[in-house]
Amino acid sequence: MASEAQQVEEIVGRGTRDGARLFREWFDGLSGVSEQSGQAAYVFVMGSLAEVLRVFDLPMVFPEIHSLQTAVRRVALEYLNQAEDYGYSPDICGYVKADFALQLRQGEHPMGRIPKPTLAVITNACNTYIKWAEIWERMYHIPVFTLDVPGTRAAGGQSWPGQPEFENDRRYVSAQLTELIALCEQMTGKKFNIDRLREVMGHTNELIRGWRRVLELNQSSPAVFNAVTDGTVYLGVANAMRGTPEGGRYFTKLVEEMEFKSAKGLGTLAEERHRLIFVGVPCYPIFRRFSEMFTEWGGIFVNSTYLWFASGGANLGFEYDLNRPLESLAEGVLISVRHAMDSMFFQDRALIDMVGAYKVDGIVFHPIKSCRTTSTGQADTRRSLLQATDIPSLFIESDMMDKRVVSEAQLKNRIDAFFEGLNARKLQQAAN
Amino acid sequence: MRDMEDHLLADWDGRPLAKILHSAGELVEDPSYPTVRRWREAGGKVIGHFQVYFPEEIVHAAGALPLKIRGAQVEAQQAESRFGSYLCSILKTSLELALSERVELDMFVTHPICDAARNLAAVWGRNFPYRCQILYLPQNANSRFAAHYLRDEYERLQHEVEAITGVHADDEMLRSSIQVFNRNRKLIRRLYQIKREQPWLLSTDEAYVLMALAGMLPREEHNRLLELAIQQIETREAKPQDKIRVVFEGGFCEQPPLDFLRVVSQSCYVVDDDLMIGLRWLLEDVPLEGDPLMNLAEAYLEKSSYSPVQHDLRKPKEQMLLQRIRGSGAEAAIIAAAKMCEPGLDEQVAYAKALDEAGIPYFVNEFEEKMTSFDQIQIQLETFVENVLFF
Repeated sequence: MASEAQQVEEIVGRGTRDGARLFREWFDGLSGVSEQSGQAAYVFVMGSLAEVLRVFDLPMVFPEIHSLQTAVRRVALEYLNQAEDYGYSPDICGYVKADFALQLRQGEHPMGRIPKPTLAVITNACNTYIKWAEIWERMYHIPVFTLDVPGTRAAGGQSWPGQPEFENDRRYVSAQLTELIALCEQMTGKKFNIDRLREVMGHTNELIRGWRRVLELNQSSPAVFNAVTDGTVYLGVANAMRGTPEGGRYFTKLVEEMEFKSAKGLGTLAEERHRLIFVGVPCYPIFRRFSEMFTEWGGIFVNSTYLWFASGGANLGFEYDLNRPLESLAEGVLISVRHAMDSMFFQDRALIDMVGAYKVDGIVFHPIKSCRTTSTGQADTRRSLLQATDIPSLFIESDMMDKRVVSEAQLKNRIDAFFEGLNARKLQQAAN
Repeated sequence: MRDMEDHLLADWDGRPLAKILHSAGELVEDPSYPTVRRWREAGGKVIGHFQVYFPEEIVHAAGALPLKIRGAQVEAQQAESRFGSYLCSILKTSLELALSERVELDMFVTHPICDAARNLAAVWGRNFPYRCQILYLPQNANSRFAAHYLRDEYERLQHEVEAITGVHADDEMLRSSIQVFNRNRKLIRRLYQIKREQPWLLSTDEAYVLMALAGMLPREEHNRLLELAIQQIETREAKPQDKIRVVFEGGFCEQPPLDFLRVVSQSCYVVDDDLMIGLRWLLEDVPLEGDPLMNLAEAYLEKSSYSPVQHDLRKPKEQMLLQRIRGSGAEAAIIAAAKMCEPGLDEQVAYAKALDEAGIPYFVNEFEEKMTSFDQIQIQLETFVENVLFF
C-alpha cells in the first residue's frame, strides 16, 4: 500500500501534468492533419458540436485556443501587427486578428502547424464568431454552418422543457442539428451513425460529470485548484478532448485528485488568505505574472465565469440521455449554450449565489478591450452587486491578447490596493 | 390611442418643404423626444427597440408606440458608469436617454446584433423595473426552420406587448398594421428612388431626417408627412451639380451626426446608403393574406436587405455592396464605421478588398455620433472627390 507521501506525489498535480501532455498531443495531432492536408472543422468553445463532428471523425480546431496560445507564448503582438497591417482595426477582437495572421502564415503557430479549415461550425454565443467565420468563408470558400441557439430573453426568464417557448427553441435547434448532420455527411462522404453518436455522447457525459464535480470541490477550504491558472489547463482539455474516452478519463481522474486534496486539506497556496471569484477572460499576455499579483497576497481564485462560458456551459452539468440521443443533443446544446451566454449577460444572480457557497471574500471583474461579449455588462453587474451585497470587488481593465493595452504597473497598483482593503476589512471583522 | 396617431406633431398640412425639413431636422436631433412625451401624456405605452430591425407592426397592432432607440448626441453622464471602456457611443447614449428620463419606456427590446448590444437587455433590466429583453432574431437565416422559429418568437413578443397595453392584437389588427407599414415602406422607397434618379432634388441629410422620423412618430402620421414632403420634393426647383455619386455604407446602427451628412452632401450625391437600414430592411410589401406573423417572419428572412450584423449565405455582404453601388449608378463609395463598432470595422476590410478588386474608388472613415468637428473630414472628402473627378 502506498504511503500518504507517495499518494500525494502521485496524485497531486496530476491534472495539470496530464492536461499539459494531452494538450501538446492534441496540437501535435493538428500538425499531422496540416501536413497531410486533411479535413479540419473550425469550432468554438461555446458550443463546439464535438458530439456531431466526432461521429464523422473530423478533427476540430479551436481558433480561440490557438489564438490565446500566441499570447501565452508571447508572440501575439507579431500576429496582431500583421493583421492590422492588412487593414484590421486595433479595436476589434484580438483572437480574430491573431488567427487571421496565422492563416496568412499558412498555419504557423508556436505549438505546431494549424490545418486550414474545410468546414466551420459556429454558434451565436458570441457574435464575433460569426464575423470571424465570414473571414474563412472569404479566404477558403468553405461551408460555414451557424448553429443558432436562442438564449435567455430576460433576466431570470429561462424556459424549460414542456413550455411553449422552450419547445419552439428546441425544434429550431433540432432542425439545425439535422441540417448540420446532412452537411457533414455530404462533406465527408460518411453515413451518420447513431450508435457512434451515443458512444461520443457517453464520453461527453463522463467529462461533464467530472467538470461539474471539480468545480464543486473548489468550495473546499483551502481551495483545491486555482480557477484562473489550473482551471485554464482543465478548460483546454474539456474543450479539446470533449467526446473522447481520453477526455472522460481525464476528468474522472481529476475528480479523484481534487477529492483527495479536499479530504487531506491540501490547497494550492502556502497560506490561503482571500478567496476570490474571477469574472471575464484572463490576461494572457502576462498570464503568470497576472496570477502572481493575486497569489502573492494569498489570493486564490475559487471559481470564475470563464470556466462556465468557455466550457460551453458544461458547469451546469447537463448529461445527455443516450436512449434518445438526437432529441437529447438538441436539448443539451440549447440548455448548455444558453447557460454559457447567461454567465456572460445575466451573471449577477449567479455571482451572488456563489459568494456564500464558495465562501468568497471578493470578486475581481476583468473587462478586456478585445471582447465586448464578456466585458460590456461587467461594470453594471458590479454596480448591481454593490447595491445587493457588501462583497468587495475590484474592476481592472486590460486585454487577453494585446500587451499594448496591458499596464502591469497600473494593474499591480490597483490589485495591491484591493488586497490592502481586504486585509483591513478582515482585521476589522476580527476586532468586532 | 388611435386619435394620437393623427396629430402628435402640429399639423404638417400646408407647410412648405423648407419648414418641414427644418422641423424634421430639429426633431431628429432633439434628445428629449417631444413626440414620445406627448404620446405618453395622452396615456400611450411606448416600446423602445434598439437598432437594427424590429417588427414594429406587432407593437403598433397592440396599440403601443414603437420607438427606435438609436442613441443621441448627449453626454453619457450616468450611463458611462454602467459600462467599461472600448465601447461604441450608441450603447451609452441610448441608456443615457432612459436614465436621464428624457425617454420613458414601458418595455425595452434589444437584439443579438452584436456582442455589445446583446448585453443591453441585462444592463437595462438591472436599471429599470419594466420588461427588458432580447428578441432573438434568427442568426441562421439559412435553416429551413428559421421562419417557423421566428414566427413563434414574434408571437412570444406579441404576448409580451399585449400584456403591457392590455390590447389583444388579432390577425385583422395585425394585417391592418402591416398595411400601414407597407405604405410607409413604399413612401421611403420613393424617397430613395428620388435620391437615385434625381439626387439634386434631395440631399442625403434631408432624406435622412424625413426617414428617421419614422422611428419616433406613429406611422400613420409619418405616412402623411412623407406624402406631403414627397409631393413638394418632386416639384422642387433644383439643378444637377458637379458632384460625384456615392453609396454611403456604415450607418446601420450608430448614426453619424447630421452635420457629418451635410458635409458629405456638399461634395457628393449619396444615391444609396444603409442609414437606419432597419426601416428599409423589408424590401417589398408584406403580404396581407394568411398568417400575418408568418408573413412578417418570411419577409425578414426572404425579402430583406443586408447589413454587417446578419449572416446569410445567400447575401455575401461585399457582393451586396457591389450590387448596391451598381444598382444606384454610384461611381464611388464611402465605407464608414462607427468607432468601436466591431461588425462595422470587420466589414470595412472585406468591403475595401472587394472594391479594390472591382476598381471602385472608396473613402474609408470612422465616425462617432458625438463628433462635433468636421473640418478635417471635409478636407479629406473633398480631396477624395477631386481624385475621382480629375484622375
